[in-house]
Amino acid sequence: MLKALHARKEIQLILGLLLGIPFGFFLQKGGVTRFDVIIGQLLLTNFTVVKVMLSAVVTGMIGVHLLRSFGLATLHPKSGSFGSSVMGGLIFGVGFGLLGYCPGTIAGAVGQGSLDGLFGGMAGIIVGAGLFAQVYPRLNSSILKKGDFGELTLPQLFKVNPWIIILPVAMGIVALLLWIEKLGL
Amino acid sequence: MEWLILKQWSPYLVGIGIGLLNCFAFLLSDKPLACSTAYSRTSGMIEGLCRGPKVTDKEYYKKFSPSIEWDWMLVLGIIIGAFISAMFSGQFRFEWVPGKWAEVFGEMPFARWIVAFIGGIVMGIGARWANGCTSGHGISGTLQLAVSSWLAAICFFIGGIVTAMLIY
Repeated sequence: MLKALHARKEIQLILGLLLGIPFGFFLQKGGVTRFDVIIGQLLLTNFTVVKVMLSAVVTGMIGVHLLRSFGLATLHPKSGSFGSSVMGGLIFGVGFGLLGYCPGTIAGAVGQGSLDGLFGGMAGIIVGAGLFAQVYPRLNSSILKKGDFGELTLPQLFKVNPWIIILPVAMGIVALLLWIEKLGL
Repeated sequence: MEWLILKQWSPYLVGIGIGLLNCFAFLLSDKPLACSTAYSRTSGMIEGLCRGPKVTDKEYYKKFSPSIEWDWMLVLGIIIGAFISAMFSGQFRFEWVPGKWAEVFGEMPFARWIVAFIGGIVMGIGARWANGCTSGHGISGTLQLAVSSWLAAICFFIGGIVTAMLIY
């Protein structure tokens, strides 16, 4: 673990920027910073978003768990609950369908000149995040705690070695992508 | 260097690139790639400009301090990276109304702006409610095999697909 590097605040800010630039570059080159591509995915006519996401998941899943096996990375699974993950996920989804971008891809859309992204969506997400901060104490003592399962991962849930989950998930994703290609989507 | 000016790369190549970037983020910064926290920090910083340092009394901003952090720089980097990519391929242009929207609802910028703004508000609430977005849960959380992320990511798409099908 590069603990000394992780603790250097200024260097970390620069690293954030240096990781963001290729991230934005990749998103734009993948076409997923375009409204038409994202809405095409939600209408199930264009599977670019799913192809990008699932190939990132397979690569990252294997890579990050390998780093972890060598003691070079720590996992940071987010805690969750049915009230938070399911309810929040569905609310997010409604926003996703209305806006046609997500918080990461909208930054890329703004970078390529999208004004509805900048003055509409981005401004809206900031307002929405601010509204959430306003009601957070009330939500946190009620709905966000409903069905709380904490920072649980699938290997912990099934009490198995992570690789027992990683291999079938990776194979399942590859099979799904091959099937999507076969259907010509 | 012709690949730099290509308008689009294979989505699989792009996905593999993002997966590798996530490995670098874990290795060098001990963090997963995630975007929506930066929006909470920004809302807190704007509120701080209006209300002063009292803003940090809010429980949520104690959790996510309203200041420029790693994730904020990451989102700034995305804007810059996408700008560079679009400049190389000649795709940069100011646009109020995306093509698919114009096909269905016409070229009126106001209608698109208002729906994008409302959609953004709903998305901002949902992202913080679920504690992550398409990157933090959808990619970085699912690759860690987090139960919260798989649930949230599936719900993002259920909500998104139903909403889009109703609108278009």
